[in-house]
Formats: sequence, C-alpha cells, structure tokens
Amino acid sequence: MTKSEYDNAAGGPPGAVAIETAGLTRRFGLLTAVDGLTLRIPRGAIFGLLGPNGAGKSTTLKMLTTLLPPSAGTAQVAGLDLSREPREVRRRIGYVPQLLSAEGALTAYENLMVFARLYDVPRRERKERIQKALELIGLQDSADVVVKRFSGGMIRRLEIAQAVLHRPAVLFLDEPTVGLDPVARRMVWEHVRELRARFGTTVLLTTHSMEEADELCDAVAILHQGRIAALGTPAELKAQVGPTATLDDAFVHFTGNSLDTGGGYREAARTRRTARRLG
Amino acid sequence: MKQQELAGPLAGSAEASPAREAEFGPARALRRSAPVRAAVAFVRQASTIAWAETRKLRRDSTEIFTRAVQPVLWLGIFGVIMGRARAIPTGSLGYLDFLVPGILAQSVLFVAIFYGISLIWERDLGILHKYLASPAYRGALVAGKAASAGIRAVIQAVIVSAVAVLMGAHLRLSPGPLLAALLFIVLGAAVFSTFSLIIACLVKTRERFMGIGQLLTMPLFFASNAIYPLSLMPRGLQLFSRANPLTYQVDALRALMIQGGESVMGYGVDLAVMVGTLIVLVAVAARLYPTAVN
Repeated sequence: MTKSEYDNAAGGPPGAVAIETAGLTRRFGLLTAVDGLTLRIPRGAIFGLLGPNGAGKSTTLKMLTTLLPPSAGTAQVAGLDLSREPREVRRRIGYVPQLLSAEGALTAYENLMVFARLYDVPRRERKERIQKALELIGLQDSADVVVKRFSGGMIRRLEIAQAVLHRPAVLFLDEPTVGLDPVARRMVWEHVRELRARFGTTVLLTTHSMEEADELCDAVAILHQGRIAALGTPAELKAQVGPTATLDDAFVHFTGNSLDTGGGYREAARTRRTARRLG
Repeated sequence: MKQQELAGPLAGSAEASPAREAEFGPARALRRSAPVRAAVAFVRQASTIAWAETRKLRRDSTEIFTRAVQPVLWLGIFGVIMGRARAIPTGSLGYLDFLVPGILAQSVLFVAIFYGISLIWERDLGILHKYLASPAYRGALVAGKAASAGIRAVIQAVIVSAVAVLMGAHLRLSPGPLLAALLFIVLGAAVFSTFSLIIACLVKTRERFMGIGQLLTMPLFFASNAIYPLSLMPRGLQLFSRANPLTYQVDALRALMIQGGESVMGYGVDLAVMVGTLIVLVAVAARLYPTAVN
C-alpha cells in the first residue's frame, strides 16, 4: 500500500498512536474472518471501519475490545498489549455495542452510576462526572426517567455517555447510528466530535453509512473479506477512483460489492431488530 | 489535525502527572496493598450488579407473587393429603412442618435454576458485551448476579413462610435462627442461579436453555430430602441426594425454621457444602462468562 497522506495529516507527533495492530487475525474453524490486519490509528483520530457485511468489522472490534482473543497477530490499544494486559486495556477503552445496551428498567442516572462504579471512578467524583456526562449529551432533564421511555437517539447518546464516564483514551462505536433518524444521527456525530475536541478521545467506529464516514471520519479503512482493501482519508479514497467519485463509488470500487446486497437472513434480522428497538 | 493540548487525561499511560493523579486518584489508591484493593473493587463491582438487578426487580414485582402460587399448592394440597395419609415417617415433626422448609427451598430452586435466561437476553441485547468490555472482574459480575438471586429469594421466602404460618405450620420465630435460615435461603439461591448461569454460557440459546432447566428441576427436587427423609430412599438415590446441595440447604432450614426440627448432617457440614459449592460454581462461571458473547 502506498503511503497515505493521512499518515502524516492526522498523526501528530510520531509515536502518538492509539491503536496499532500487526497481522491481527481471527479464524472461526475454516473461515478467516479477519486476515492479517495491520493498522495504525493516531491518537485523537476519528477512524471508520467500512465494509460489506461479513467483511470482518465486528470481529475486529470484538478483538480490539478484548471480547474475542485473536488467533494470530498482535495489537496495542492505548499503548498496551491486548493479549498480555486485557484488564488494563479495558480500563482505557469505552465501548458502545451495536445493539441496544442501556438497561431499560433503570433510569439514565442509574445506568450511568452502574458504569461509574464498574470502572472504579472514585466515589467523590461519581456524581459530578455523571452530571457532566448528562450535560454533555443534553439529557440532564431526563436523568430520573426510566430508559424504556427514551427515544432511540436518546438511548444512543446515553450509551455514549456511559462509555466515556471513565474518560477512555479510545472509544469504540459499533454502527453508532444504525436505525436512527437523520436528526438523531447528526446529534450523535456532534457528540463524538465534542468528545474528541474536549478530551482528545480517539474514536474507532464501524459503519455502513458512507455519509457518516465522509462527514465524521478523518480516515477510513475499507475491509473486504477480512483484509484492508483501501486505507486513507475519505478525500484520498475518492480521488483514487475518479475526480467526481463519491465515497459510495470508492466503496464499490474497492470491494467489488454494492452496498445493498445485504448479509443474509441472520444479519438482516439482527439489523432490523436493532433498528426497531432503537427507533 | 492538530494534536490537542488536552490530549485525553487517560490518553497515554506514560503521561502520569500530579494533575492527572489528583484527578483520577491512583496515588490515593496505591496506599492500600494490591490484594486489598482488588478485594474492595471486587465487592464494589459485585454489589453494583446486585444493586442494578434489584432495582430492575423493584420495577417489575408481579413476578414474585405469581411465583408464590406453586408453593401454596404444594403445601395446601400435597402437604395436607400426605399429612392425613401419614405415609411418610417424619419422626416427631408433623408432615406439614417437615414439608415447609423443603417447599421453601424448592420454590427458590425453581426460580434460581432459570435465572441464567437473563444472561442470554443480555447477550442478545448487547448489554453483556458492554459489561465484559469493562474492567470489572468476571467473578464479580457473576457474584453480583448470584447475590441478586439471593435477594429475590428472601422476598419469596417471606411469602412462603407467611402462607405456612397461616396454614398452621409451627415455625420458630426467634431472630437468631431466622437470620441463619435466611442465610441458607440466600446461599441456595446463589448456588442454583450460578449453576444456571453456567448452563446459559454453555447452551447459548433460549430454547435449549429452557429444555435443560426443565430437565434439571425434577431430579434436583426429588433426589433430595425436600419432601421425604433420605432414609426412605434406596441406596443409590441416597448417594445422589447426598451430592445434591439442595439436601444440605433443606437440612439446615428444617432445623432452623421448625420447632423441634433437627439437622441430620450438622450445621457445619451444611454451611461448608453450600459455601464450597458456591465458590466452585462462581469460579467456573467466571471462566465461562466471556465465552457467552462469542
């Protein structure tokens, strides 16, 4: 792969790396879901993983969040080896799963308190951090409302707040705006940018939305069959395809795949279920 | 993009500074020794899970009452009829008195053994992923669930005991034995709910889980001293019953709750078996917990 402009543009000082993988691989039986992924994401970047269903995005995310041990290769997250110090890595990351993950029977405040305590936020700071988190996502007036009554967009914002209470160095978002209406989507993007601006948080997100990748991400990697098919800033990828190309065109070009082929029954059922729940 | 001045207080492990320590408190925490700190964190995390689970329960409390129906039928119908038939030799105790601790333990068992289904729900919802990506000890996540099952069981025990008193059972109502009985009720719920979590980690689907749960309840219940003394059983079944934690729970409850009740095994043995089983099961569940999301 040619050296991308992105390597210099978003890098900051050399060594300021939030995520670095080398030959990261995950096999399930005969299937190789992620095949020798080598990636370097500078600190403070908003980085998008794109790719058709089954390209290995979710598996990559599961490995980087310590939920799934790699079959081969190494990865460092926030300066720590994933396999050697998984607990320390967990302290330094935040994770918002694709599916609905806030407890519907608890209030927003209670949801945040649970995670403040699980992440060892010191007792005297918990209330203040929760208050600030609620302000950051604009839910301070709904703190004592049971989450079941929230809209999908509110739940997503609450989940992001839950994931950053402990001020993680790296935030992982798995398809953060799937099933959200355009207004709610924009709000989520705003919050992600806000986090980066205030805390310098590095964000790794997966998405199916080329609009999201184009608007929000400093750089993207397009995965195809477990490998990186393209890597660079959205502008670079578009330029590689043609002068008037969109990111959609680039996606199709690099994956030989159109966006809407879908991922089979299971994937479709799951996406729709999520969309319904969040909607 | 410009490297931010703020650059994330936690953004790099090399950036330990006084300001950062003041904000995040590692300096204070370091005063305690590592094992003590770990134990404090474990207890805090487990109690957090138990607290959250109990809050959820509070908002949906109808379930506790519907669960009381079955024990009432056992005591009111089975207990009364077998008591009249005088078919089961229970020593100096009347049959209803003999039966109450057994049915109490059974009702706790029947709820606890299906507790693991919540884990499958949480897996499907994505909640479990988030807990597992947190630095919380896996053992604490499991122990918190077990504790919440115990709290749930206490509420159940109060209801079943009240019914038993109304039916004329001779419960011993002094505080010491009552508290000890509650301890055994909590332990029983914790043991069987953790067992249930293990099954959930292994089978992964709701349908298979329900099948296995149903398969387990009856042998655990019948191969125990819940509704008849072990001495009535053939030798093989006796051995099986002695390997069943429910037997030890019922043995202790019978001695603690019932006027004139006696422990066959001894409280020490009962307690050791229950606590030992719980520790082993929590350790196994903690090992299996992360596999539930794969």
